[in-house]
Amino acid sequence: MNINSGIAKTYILSNRKLTAVGILGVLLGMSVYIFMNSLLVGFDKSSNKSIFRVNSHITVYKDDEISKELPKEKNKFFLIVNPTVVPNQNTIENPQLVMKTISQHSDVVEVSPQVMSSVFYNNGRTQIPGNAFGVVPEEANRMYHIESFMVEGDFNRLASNPNGIIIGSGIAEKMNVFLNDNINITSSKGVNRTFKVMGIFKTNNSVVDKSKSYVNIAASQQMLKEGNAYITEIHVNVKDQEKAEDIAAQLSKITGYKAEGWKSANETFMAANKMRKIIITFVSLTILLIAGFGIYNILNMTVSQKINDIAILKAMGFKGKDVVRIFVTQAVSIGVIGVMGGVLMSTIMITLLKKVYLGGDIGYFPIDYEPTKYAQGIFIGLFITFFAGYIPAKKAAKVDPVEIFRK
Amino acid sequence: MSSVLKTENVNKFFYDPTEFQVLKNISFEVQKGEFLSMIGKSGSGKSTLLYILSTMDTNYSGALWIDNQKMTGLSIDELAQIRNQKIGFVFQFHYLLPEFSCLKNVMIPALKLNQLEEKEIEARAYDKLKMLGLEDQALKPANKLSGGQQQRVAIARALINDPLIIMGDEPTGNLDSRNTNLVFDILQDLTRTYGQTIIAVTHDDDFAKKSDRIIEMMDGEIIS
Repeated sequence: MNINSGIAKTYILSNRKLTAVGILGVLLGMSVYIFMNSLLVGFDKSSNKSIFRVNSHITVYKDDEISKELPKEKNKFFLIVNPTVVPNQNTIENPQLVMKTISQHSDVVEVSPQVMSSVFYNNGRTQIPGNAFGVVPEEANRMYHIESFMVEGDFNRLASNPNGIIIGSGIAEKMNVFLNDNINITSSKGVNRTFKVMGIFKTNNSVVDKSKSYVNIAASQQMLKEGNAYITEIHVNVKDQEKAEDIAAQLSKITGYKAEGWKSANETFMAANKMRKIIITFVSLTILLIAGFGIYNILNMTVSQKINDIAILKAMGFKGKDVVRIFVTQAVSIGVIGVMGGVLMSTIMITLLKKVYLGGDIGYFPIDYEPTKYAQGIFIGLFITFFAGYIPAKKAAKVDPVEIFRK
Repeated sequence: MSSVLKTENVNKFFYDPTEFQVLKNISFEVQKGEFLSMIGKSGSGKSTLLYILSTMDTNYSGALWIDNQKMTGLSIDELAQIRNQKIGFVFQFHYLLPEFSCLKNVMIPALKLNQLEEKEIEARAYDKLKMLGLEDQALKPANKLSGGQQQRVAIARALINDPLIIMGDEPTGNLDSRNTNLVFDILQDLTRTYGQTIIAVTHDDDFAKKSDRIIEMMDGEIIS
């Protein structure tokens, strides 16, 4: 072993208490950092999952337009006194062509048309307001994984049954209907129609469960007294959901319709996510930094205690960089052991928490081993310990031996 | 006889609290195998001169040669390398590393020099300790020894790289008369038997009288 690391090792082992305190500091900082950041990723994943049960990555629809002035002419000036929404059908014209155009975009993986109609679910004299979504069953299932949150029945039965309906669990409860029962629906256009319950889903979002139902797209078009070219929304899924906003802007340009990404559609949600991220990042970094201060303190103390040793080592021919190496080795050793302990500790904590059942929308605690967060934590932890050791080591290297010997 | 150390017109000033010339035109030469004592009253500049000779203090004017190589103007790292190889130090205080065994303390400068295998260094260190009558203390921690023993370990450490010169700053200053005699005898034996060059600052006149040559200093000048 090199003499510098030999001396560092002796210093570490001869001052066990200080070393243990330093290691413990890094260990705690490290495990909290990895743990909290993994938790953050888990929260994000679970909230995204619940968002994507009801939202596609991008929704393309016909937006209401406000009346605009005519193209400007020279010497003439138009003024619209009371601009209003231009009366227009909120339908997408030539939807097949639009959908074909969208699906040619290289980032798009799934395109599905939808017809949304406001309806009343009739139960004797009471009426429950809600929305019936006309979908193409296979496409919708691929997009929202509806199969994964079905509690009764089979979503695929919708495709083979033009009169089928899949209802939310809240509706089923209020209407007291079960699988294979009939249910009567009135649309906003006054069309009355009886459907057969093919299945019941539960998203755990009670607003959705109490109002939403899925029917075949043709049934929905009939309820609105429209033909089969009537499409209100085109739902699009892309390869990378994080790029949804950019792709939405591109689709908007290509198609001329309004395309909205899931982040802008769920702004409150995203803001809450962002806030959580900032707080957790701040707190976990601070804790790591405090562990760094711990090491800095210990090294500073060691340097003061060992000032005579440093002086004689320099007299005997140790260079400034040798002295730096001795103390940085000491700090980094404490750091490495602490980081390894922290990795182990956070892994244990995550393993335990993964098994905790919360129920509700979330189920098991939404946390997992996040390799990127581990890597990040290890890197930042080692970086901080290095500098926490380097600063006192630099001070030690500057010790003037003559000053010490002449005291 | 060849010259191992030479100074030419060394001047040094202290600026704090006021400008003060500690060393005035110091020029002298030390021959191989000489046992040189530097004496003088406190404040005469003898210790200051020794630290310049040791190459640890580079803040002076004039020139210093060790082993016919000019030291003045070399970088701090180059000087450290030269100290490691050519100079052994014995101070008033032993400056042993308390966490290490005596043997390890003696080995450290040689491990730093890194020219021999660790096994060989260990054997050499053990020989040096044996020479100084400390072979049975070799594996004890340095802080468990008596003052005289510690000083002898420090001498062994100074000898490990077979230095050209041993420099001592009051090497017997902290010892009782019995240990002073012991340490002196060791140093004298080194010059007589092994031809070792020694430069020691002392204010012990008995010690100085027994050495080969005395340089007496007063107010920053060599007076005899």
